[in-house]
Amino acid sequence: MVATRYQTAFELYPYVRVPAQDAAPVRHPVVIVGGGPVGLALALDLGRRGTPALVLDDHEGAGLGSKAICFAKRTLDIAHRLGAGTQMLDKGVVWNVGKVFHRDGMLFDFNLLPEDGHRNPAFINLQQPYFEKFLFEAIQAAQQEGAPIEIRGRNRVASVRLGMEFVSVDIDTPDGRYTLEADWLIACDGARSPTRDMMGLSFDGRVFEDNFLIADVRMKADFPTERWFWFDPPFEGAGQSALLHKQPDDIWRIDFQLGWDIDRDLELDPDRIRTRVDAMLSSQTGDVPDYELEWTSIYTFQCRRMEKFRHGRVFFAGDSAHQVSPFGARGANSGVQDAENLAWKLDLVLKGAAGAALLDTYATEREHAADENILNSSRATDFMTPKSANSMLFRNAVLELAGRHAFARPFVNSGRLSVPCSYDGFALFGPDALDGGPQVSRPGATCPDAPLGSGFLLDALGDGFVLMAIGCDAPEPVQEGDVTANVLHIEAPSPLLAERYLGSSPSALYLIRPDQHVVARWAEHDAKAVSQALENAIGKKMS
Amino acid sequence: MNLILTPNIPDPDGFYDELLRAHEGLSDEESAALNARLILTLANQIGDREVLRAALAVSK
Repeated sequence: MVATRYQTAFELYPYVRVPAQDAAPVRHPVVIVGGGPVGLALALDLGRRGTPALVLDDHEGAGLGSKAICFAKRTLDIAHRLGAGTQMLDKGVVWNVGKVFHRDGMLFDFNLLPEDGHRNPAFINLQQPYFEKFLFEAIQAAQQEGAPIEIRGRNRVASVRLGMEFVSVDIDTPDGRYTLEADWLIACDGARSPTRDMMGLSFDGRVFEDNFLIADVRMKADFPTERWFWFDPPFEGAGQSALLHKQPDDIWRIDFQLGWDIDRDLELDPDRIRTRVDAMLSSQTGDVPDYELEWTSIYTFQCRRMEKFRHGRVFFAGDSAHQVSPFGARGANSGVQDAENLAWKLDLVLKGAAGAALLDTYATEREHAADENILNSSRATDFMTPKSANSMLFRNAVLELAGRHAFARPFVNSGRLSVPCSYDGFALFGPDALDGGPQVSRPGATCPDAPLGSGFLLDALGDGFVLMAIGCDAPEPVQEGDVTANVLHIEAPSPLLAERYLGSSPSALYLIRPDQHVVARWAEHDAKAVSQALENAIGKKMS
Repeated sequence: MNLILTPNIPDPDGFYDELLRAHEGLSDEESAALNARLILTLANQIGDREVLRAALAVSK
């Protein structure tokens, strides 16, 4: 049987008995465990490339409750490429301004200062169930176009056996157990990953001794669409810090930092939560607006990652591989980037266009990204919850000075918001042969968006390798075995595109990966150099 | 030279982290002593009495 572990917000893929349950084990190229943001994004990316993906999820849709709410620009760029970005942007709450308070005074405000010339804003707030629903709808649309994606609801992986040639997977369903085989198995089954446990793999890191109370409240209020964060909030019972943030559907996310020694049952008492929320809301407006408690929970967190994200034919992506504190919105956002990194590599390997060694670079690149995210979220947490009297002394000194002097503000840390990591110096990248080329588009970095014609550059890059020629003659497409880098010729770049890609150089030629990271760049086309860089970018030079 | 009151340290998170790490494992008294040594070292680096006087005023 398949037990229900949580309620679903949207039923998306109800259980259907399939013939494979009564047949000898069927072999699938890619089996994805878990239909959350990471599993769905991976399936969608693979399916759109024509590589079959089967998703197994032990529920029948998107789980209810407070999960990820902040989706970053890079995630929206990826979602847009996958055909789900517009829906997310339409539904999401766009925000740019944050205010940081200390006790009853405002220390400073910040604006994420959206640069011009990007399709997507720095952030939107959107409840995770919507994010999953929009990805699912994009999967349905892709299926209509023939994308070989299948999702099986109430299919729970019961055991995993690793072989040299394939992975054998036993699956429990409402109609009993069946077995299938996978060339590659991707565990996107969350922080408590059953797949990781079945394989006996460890998940080590730091436990932060703190409890956070989440209250999602529904109210019509005039608070601005801003992120408000308090250190030492002045309102009764708020704990050491508090956060107020708007979501769609008139829902507001409120977070209270309660400390370590608490009585969970007592703190979850709705009357007690309402007292806290009343105090917070009335501190701003003088009176308590009408509101309903939509969802409450208490969470603790850890910052940790698996030592290796690849184990033979099994990959770990998203929270199953790495976990961070929520400050900085680095969980779901980095998971979607994991999916994007893995999708094109798996696709090339399954089509025989690249060797399996390319898949090792998924692990090395995304382990590096996880380290960066863990470092940033650990530092934020250390600032918010000083671990010693001396740390507290410095923290309070920073907060006192920050209200009066700008120099102390960069030290104030209530979360460093998610940005994609750059793979500087990693094996698949280089060379950087563009004198005067901007830092922002150096090899390893994600391509910054820019206006192009009446649209945006990232849309023109598409899903594959691209040779982007700016202000110079367009070369012919470059072929390396079965991999082609198509040409995007930009004769007269917009000023913003020139600023972000040319710098002081009159022309440039960029080689760009399918996940829109810059591989290499030159001032002009050099057939031999480009061909070598492409060969390197698909792992052909890896031993 | 005037006292700089705008952000002036590259990678402020990294510096703050290093500062706290220097105190790891120290007692409160040892931490206070480290802070005192650090202030004197930095003051010597600055050298300029006007700037030091201004910094004292800002910190009070």
